[in-house]
Amino acid sequence: MKYLPILFANLRRRKLRTAFTLLVIVIAFVLFGFLGAIRQAFSMGVDLAGADRLITTHKTSIILFLPKSYQQRIARTPGVTLVTHASWFGGIYQNPNQNFQAIFQGPVEPAAYLKMYPEFKLPRDQFEAWLADREGAIVGRSTAEKYDWKLGQRIPVQATIWRKKDGSQLWEFNLRGIYDGEQKGTDATQFLFRYDYFDEARQFGQGTVGWYLLRIADPEKAPAVARAVDDQFANSPYETKTTTEKALIQGFADQIGNIGLIITGILTAVFFTMLLVAGNTMAQTVRERTSELAVLKTLGFTNRKVLGLVLAESCLLAVLGGGLGLLLGWLLVSRGDPTGGFLPIFFLPAKDVALGVALIFALGLATGFLPGLQAMRLRIVDALRRV
Amino acid sequence: MNLQSNHRLPRQATSQVAEPVAGLRNGNGALVEVRDVHKVFRRGEERIEVLNGLSLDVAPGEFLALMGPSGSGKSTLLNLIGGLDRPTRGAIRVGGEQIDKMSDGRLARWRARHVGFVFQLYNLLPVLTAERNVELPLLLTKLSRAQRRQHVQTALGVVGLADRAKHFPRQLSGGQEQRVGIARALVTDPTLLLCDEPTGDLDRKAGDEILDLLQALNREQGKAVIMVTHDPHAAARAGRTVYLDKGVLSTEAVA
Repeated sequence: MKYLPILFANLRRRKLRTAFTLLVIVIAFVLFGFLGAIRQAFSMGVDLAGADRLITTHKTSIILFLPKSYQQRIARTPGVTLVTHASWFGGIYQNPNQNFQAIFQGPVEPAAYLKMYPEFKLPRDQFEAWLADREGAIVGRSTAEKYDWKLGQRIPVQATIWRKKDGSQLWEFNLRGIYDGEQKGTDATQFLFRYDYFDEARQFGQGTVGWYLLRIADPEKAPAVARAVDDQFANSPYETKTTTEKALIQGFADQIGNIGLIITGILTAVFFTMLLVAGNTMAQTVRERTSELAVLKTLGFTNRKVLGLVLAESCLLAVLGGGLGLLLGWLLVSRGDPTGGFLPIFFLPAKDVALGVALIFALGLATGFLPGLQAMRLRIVDALRRV
Repeated sequence: MNLQSNHRLPRQATSQVAEPVAGLRNGNGALVEVRDVHKVFRRGEERIEVLNGLSLDVAPGEFLALMGPSGSGKSTLLNLIGGLDRPTRGAIRVGGEQIDKMSDGRLARWRARHVGFVFQLYNLLPVLTAERNVELPLLLTKLSRAQRRQHVQTALGVVGLADRAKHFPRQLSGGQEQRVGIARALVTDPTLLLCDEPTGDLDRKAGDEILDLLQALNREQGKAVIMVTHDPHAAARAGRTVYLDKGVLSTEAVA
């Protein structure tokens, strides 16, 4: 601590150079935080996917329907303990810019769906209110807060493909519940309403569902159960493809590309550039202070102490820039999903913060080590030029 | 120049920093004992012998001026006595310790405890205030912040710059900068002050003030002073003057 005034004084020596170096470090760590949240957003669904959940879709595409009658046949498959279904709705709330379409909205069986996703926590009274109202709907906390929805509110949603029997595309729901996620990464954006109401009111497609959700007794037997389900419907007009929830979500993420690899590539380039800039700053700062370092040695500072001072200075630079960058990154991420709905799970995970802190100190040590070694090896009489 | 009594360095208070002079005599009573010292520098294939079997004793509390032409080895000798460099051959004992055999780390700690350095170009750190510059050697001690501050104020008081503590070197005159340099050399209450052309960059008036100060420190606080100088006027302030030419010492100036 007693050396801090010297370290700060040295950083103030060339204010513009220090400011630019800090700026580079800040930007790098803002990017680190922001891209970390994006990577998390893409991988979180995969990470949280239930190992004991399978999804059965139409063999050709998930956008094609499956008969409702499959539900009981799937339920009888050995190893399957629970079956329910969901369908895609894709409505517009108020206007397309709200990105409500990006949020999963769908008709479901209330009891079975919530049993399938126990991580969705809905108060008992709200669940009962939903069961008592055919036009009732529930919504995740983050969507409710985004649109400032209150319980009992009438929510009008303009369907994009699902016409009602009266020809109208306007569907209205009564908000009966707001669920919370069990953990930070749980998707708290979904808008769920009752399948019985939806199936009865829609103009076409009665008796069909989008996909089935299965719970199985033993996750290790997932391939065998999936095969058994699909075999039942082989050579029928509605052949199925059953896969784990994890594989399905990973498949969606992979359609965009290997996000993790892309982000790692970007961050590597950014950090490499930052390393060069900060390293150059430290090298220059030591070179300029050769005679001062020699004076310190003359006064009794040991070689190790001089090395320590240079490393402390580079670490201070990294901590100031990196700390500010991480803080700004965190603040930026805390503002929520920048896409307005495509990345429902958007936060900076604690492990990324810890990695950021480790990177800050690694940066400080890496940029200070060589100049510090040079300072440590400095011969006093040479540096003072007083032979 | 008389040092004000309230600006004398409190020797007992600084005993954690330096040992008293009496405990630092060599066997023959000298504070500094240089014996048959050779110093050879190599520049490519060329071998330059700067000091050639030089021997010198400096008594405790002595003020010695070291004169000689440029390149005669004055600063080299000063660096060797101060433990900034090592002789090629020969022995140097200061305060009973043979410093040429010490490891780098031990030598650095020895310098911090026993020697104060005053440079021609002051060598203050420009980004630190006068008081922070003076405090530098104390950072190597276990003194508390309050104790360090007290020592710094005392040292600045000794050199008459207590009111310039918060000034940066660029805000001081050359003479004042050199006085801060002397305060830095004094603050650990060392036994020995090594001054390399302390007035070489100053005008006559400022130079005289510095010489007055060194003389007062020598007479009133018993500091041994070894001063390298080109200036006979400065050397006249010393109790003894030795001349160095081509690596050999004499008591008379070489014509």
